[in-house]
Amino acid sequence: MAGIQESPAQRIERLDSLPWEGAGSPGVGIGRTTSQLVDIWRHRELLGLLTRRELKARYKDSTLGFFWSLIKPLTQLLIYAIVVGEFLGAARNVENFAIYLFAGLTIYLLFSEVVGGATSSIIANSGLVKKVYLPREIFPLSAVGSAIFNFLIQFVILLIAAAVFGTLTFGPHLLYGLGGFAVVLIYATAIGILLSALNVYLRDVQYLVEVVLMLFMWGTPILYHWSFATDRMPPWLAEIYLNNPVTLAVIGFQEAFWAPTSDAEPLPLLALRLLIAGVVGVALLFGAQRVFSRLQGNFAQEL
Amino acid sequence: MVKSVPVVQLSNVSKRFVIRKEKSLKERIVNAGRSAKFREDFWALRDISLEIESGSTIGLIGSNGSGKSTLLKAIGGIIEPTSGSVLRRGRLAALLELGAGFHPDLTGRENVYLNASILGLSRKQTDFYFDDIVEFSGIANFIDTQVKFYSSGMYVRLAFSVAIHVDPDLLLVDEVLAVGDEAFQRKCLDKIRSFQAEGRTIILVTHSLGQVNELCDRAVLLKAGSVVFDGEPQKATATFRDILEDRRLEEVAAHADEPINQGRILDVTMTVVGREQGAAVEPGDDIEVAMTFEHDTGMPNWMAALQIDSVSGQVVYGSTTKRAGIKLSPLREAQTVTFVLKNSNFGSGKYFISASLMDTSGVHMHDLVQVLSFNVPYYSLAVGTVHAETEIVVG
Repeated sequence: MAGIQESPAQRIERLDSLPWEGAGSPGVGIGRTTSQLVDIWRHRELLGLLTRRELKARYKDSTLGFFWSLIKPLTQLLIYAIVVGEFLGAARNVENFAIYLFAGLTIYLLFSEVVGGATSSIIANSGLVKKVYLPREIFPLSAVGSAIFNFLIQFVILLIAAAVFGTLTFGPHLLYGLGGFAVVLIYATAIGILLSALNVYLRDVQYLVEVVLMLFMWGTPILYHWSFATDRMPPWLAEIYLNNPVTLAVIGFQEAFWAPTSDAEPLPLLALRLLIAGVVGVALLFGAQRVFSRLQGNFAQEL
Repeated sequence: MVKSVPVVQLSNVSKRFVIRKEKSLKERIVNAGRSAKFREDFWALRDISLEIESGSTIGLIGSNGSGKSTLLKAIGGIIEPTSGSVLRRGRLAALLELGAGFHPDLTGRENVYLNASILGLSRKQTDFYFDDIVEFSGIANFIDTQVKFYSSGMYVRLAFSVAIHVDPDLLLVDEVLAVGDEAFQRKCLDKIRSFQAEGRTIILVTHSLGQVNELCDRAVLLKAGSVVFDGEPQKATATFRDILEDRRLEEVAAHADEPINQGRILDVTMTVVGREQGAAVEPGDDIEVAMTFEHDTGMPNWMAALQIDSVSGQVVYGSTTKRAGIKLSPLREAQTVTFVLKNSNFGSGKYFISASLMDTSGVHMHDLVQVLSFNVPYYSLAVGTVHAETEIVVG
């Protein structure tokens, strides 16, 4: 179509044959979710560009560029490995503690970056939200995209480290890593989409999220083995603790990239738990999108 | 073949804004029970129904806060109406702000791709148009520079250049034509004309009534969220001027006891030398406009002004006693000033006379806007506001 001039008469004919569409978001009814997804799919190129923009603009004028996105997690890793691992003695109970730590930290940082980035994404793009119609889910999704990119870089380092320490072996247990990644992505996206919409109406959400994410990190077995926590809990609380989807994902990642050389007790039924968490997560994601589409009608005036 | 088909249908569209005073969590919790007291409803649009035909150019006019931009955003889908429905078909491009979505840290090239994608072009199409876009913008040398180093003019040029290369069926334009230098505005207007010729539909929000008369074939006048006039642009702009004048008079009335506004124009009369009262003005006639002024408390320095407007609102003549170098004696009792326009040569059409009382720094004390009018008969050889004997020599 590019470059082909259309005569006014042809334009009228084409317009006449087009069906009527509602302006703006395709609506909030149950059946509309599909058309909203189609709308987002149509804008996938833009999604890619926005993700790239976010990544490019972040470290644009710094000399080291992307290197900075690695420095933060690596420093965190170093501090935890020394302070928690050596000083507090966690490394004595967990062999290859650095890998254990890094596996959990990598997947947790993905969760934290998606939720944190998505929550503030609508506000950060308020210029666009107010001036152009786009399916607004694009903005939290582009935050997801850029978080995945950062995750992949860290993930490559994790693989290298695991290979060096000899904890990387090939086998079906690697699927736990994939499962953990999928579960984190589903939940983080659902929460991110929901909170990004709420944040427009109540700006406190983004600060609250920072605090909760910090708390959440200690609530997942990144710095200690999960059995340390469950040993001190009544059984019902231990079940809740273990079935937290982020905990499952962290354990899944450790299972995939650290466990092969360890004789620590594996979590029973991990695959099933991940699967259930995934199914529930998809339902949650669907619900979050519905809430988002209901709230987004007033975005332009609230910003 | 169909001549035109509707492309936008608004039925009973209303939009309510809730104005809230508080925002933080603490304030909300503290005020939770009484939140109704802290909100105020504001109807930006009330029950608007419109149908817009393809190929037409529509001007939305109205004073500030009358809901024009809200209506445009509702058509564009940026704002969802509280009630009613907006239906639309065809590809839409909204120019609500030039360069919305430009990121200062990215280069011009990256921003062109991003912006084009926001406006709905695919990567392939942008590749195809890229050279055209850069050429039209005239900033090829800076295309790989971050846009934060651009001057505002360069920024606007690039943004506009992207926007016009999108191939929309329906173009929404919100006052963006007011930015940029004159050459750039010309470029914008030329582009809009060629869009018209290509059968695209344009909806325009503007404060320039001249532009509405010039470009649009239909105008919608909004007042406090309702449509008060929908039809011919000339009539719409005239109605709008009446509304503005009424509002100005109200404001004046509200401040009536202030001594500053105690001056007034009592009377304006017009005579054409050698013709009957109310007769048409022929080219070459002398026009006499007499204005009578008065001031309650006395005004030492003042001037009288005369302005003649065409139907489209264009000023075709204007002068003041100050321009003529006349020092008027202090105004208190009624005083009459007569402007004589010798050998006037107005082109055919209707003209309006406005009179003003001003202080010498140009502050208007009292205006009688378009208080009188006269007609100049049809001249078959030319159009426009200036009359000249026409002779065409070929060869």
